[in-house]
Amino acid sequence: MSIELGFALYKGLYLARRCEEYIVRHYPDDEMKTPMHMSMGQEAIPVGICHALAGKADILATYRSHAPFLAQTGDHGRFFAELHGRVTGTADGKSGSMHLSAPEAGMLGATAIVGSNISVAVGAAFANERLGTGRTVVAFFGDGAVDEGTFWESINVASLFRLPLLFVCEDNDYAVHTPKSLRRGYASLTAIVRGFDCLVYEDESNDVETIYFLTREAIAAARERRCPVFFNLKCCRYLDHIGIAPDGDACYREPDDVQSWRARDCVATQRARLIRRGLSEEILADHEQATDRAIEISIAQALAASVPAPDRLYRGVFHETS
Amino acid sequence: MRRLSFAEAVREAMVQEMERDPTVFVFGIGVPSHAKIFGTTAGLEEQFGAERCFDTPISEESMTGFALGAALRGLRPVHVHIRVDFLLLAMNQLVNMISCYNYTTGGRTPIPLVIRAIIGRGWGQGAQHSKSLISYFTHVPGLKVVAPTTPVDAKGLMIAAIRSEDPVIFLEHRWLHWAVDAVPEDAAASPIGTARVLRRGRDLTVVAVSWMVVEAMHAADILARHGIELEVIDPRTLAPLDVDTLAASVSRTRTCIVADCDWVFSGFSAELAASITERCFGQLTKPVRRLGWAHTPCPTVRALENVFYPNAETIVHVVEDMLGCGPFDLAGVDFYNHENRFKGPF
Repeated sequence: MSIELGFALYKGLYLARRCEEYIVRHYPDDEMKTPMHMSMGQEAIPVGICHALAGKADILATYRSHAPFLAQTGDHGRFFAELHGRVTGTADGKSGSMHLSAPEAGMLGATAIVGSNISVAVGAAFANERLGTGRTVVAFFGDGAVDEGTFWESINVASLFRLPLLFVCEDNDYAVHTPKSLRRGYASLTAIVRGFDCLVYEDESNDVETIYFLTREAIAAARERRCPVFFNLKCCRYLDHIGIAPDGDACYREPDDVQSWRARDCVATQRARLIRRGLSEEILADHEQATDRAIEISIAQALAASVPAPDRLYRGVFHETS
Repeated sequence: MRRLSFAEAVREAMVQEMERDPTVFVFGIGVPSHAKIFGTTAGLEEQFGAERCFDTPISEESMTGFALGAALRGLRPVHVHIRVDFLLLAMNQLVNMISCYNYTTGGRTPIPLVIRAIIGRGWGQGAQHSKSLISYFTHVPGLKVVAPTTPVDAKGLMIAAIRSEDPVIFLEHRWLHWAVDAVPEDAAASPIGTARVLRRGRDLTVVAVSWMVVEAMHAADILARHGIELEVIDPRTLAPLDVDTLAASVSRTRTCIVADCDWVFSGFSAELAASITERCFGQLTKPVRRLGWAHTPCPTVRALENVFYPNAETIVHVVEDMLGCGPFDLAGVDFYNHENRFKGPF
């Protein structure tokens, strides 16, 4: 991979990571009154995939959608405005952290009901094929969503209708706080999914470049064979299911487990790789400082922006009167 | 003007919209199969191809999410359910996703999506093939709910529903499919959100929903022979509800019956009665009376089905009680009997 492309991926990773680090710092101020499900640790998946699709993706995400939103849009200004409940946000503050969207930028939406975005992605892929938009739909969901019937219904329909979309299972082992061992009556998910007329890929690297190349390869194959792709990508959420406490502080998982993932952190790994390839520490540091300043400005602008006036409550219930 | 059945009117509306707009498509379980959803989807696959009229796996929730996704990316889906009871499996998509999608995306997301569902009494349909569930849908902000009762409105409201930028639940009573009337050939939309006064009268207003409009009109005919004038109003659109038209009528007649095509307790009739009472309390001579289904699961056996469902006779008796008239001699009155028409099995 070229230094330029590797650097672009790093910028995506750094933005998602730093935005959440600022959230961790500021969440106790109680200015962002919205339940947060943090992406931290899982950024390589959306960054690698969204970059691979180079602006031609339509993505649907979950309540853990900070990194997918930022990877797809880069728009930390509206991101922080929405988290602060301001009119400059993605939805006047009506959506908060769990329903981030930017339909004009291919971020079609995020759902707080596990698995509910998967079938929506199939319909969006159907429309893109019918209308010949050339866009590829990506459904992000966790391994918990696989427990929902709609996951199986959706992969069946997409396989039956031969729709080239990307089902991305962000496999962090936990559904809220419940491990897979308490949820699955089978040994191998991918062995079952391989029974459908779709392509199945597995990866445990947590590496943004690997995921980037995997996505390029998979989408090309899916378009050629006219079928969906299922990705099972292992990852680790660093923080608790909800909120900013480190995962592993509570008793349901081993702190060592999280530490072993942190040892091959996707942001640090990509940074070290760029240095090895010859990118200077100075260039990296300049970019990081500029990003930090830009994030700080976004947060300051969000705090300075207006909260919605009471008459905004009824606006948007119906589109025709929005 | 040529005459069409309600079912033919629904079909013609879909055909004309599909001809006008290539993004419209119709799909659902059994939609292109030989029975053609009681004839309402006849000819669609032949005319528009399998790409725009197709069958699906029995996956109600996911195919409803599919419709949402298609609507998000520029198509106008019409999703058909042969019985509303199956739509319960899709309530997550309807209530958690579709109804609030525009709102949670800052009003930036049109959802041009129609869900057709057959409701109500059939032929021994029993507890799981005969519901209406009207209040389930009207309770939720962000969903428009229409229940036309005439062929003209079936066509006009289907056209309006397909052209709407908001999700519309289109409820069709099974027996109304046979209603026949003059229907204009051109594709004109009936406005969503306006009631229709079907019959003028001075003595009592009956606000009737779906099939109960037929029973109310029949009751009005019977009572007219005894000098009682009923005003019959069909709300047509249940959400948003045209309360102005209902209130204007009740302000004149000062007496009101709400005849619902559903269970009474916590049903849509409660919303109608409350909305009318809030607007007309000072003019009402009596509390608004509600009638609808017995509060039991729907029995299959005809002898109990006939007790479970109200009809024109029920309305006549409530009118007698409210106006202190009668009892009128109903001997020889031919009440609607679906056995003359309906031989099953579905």
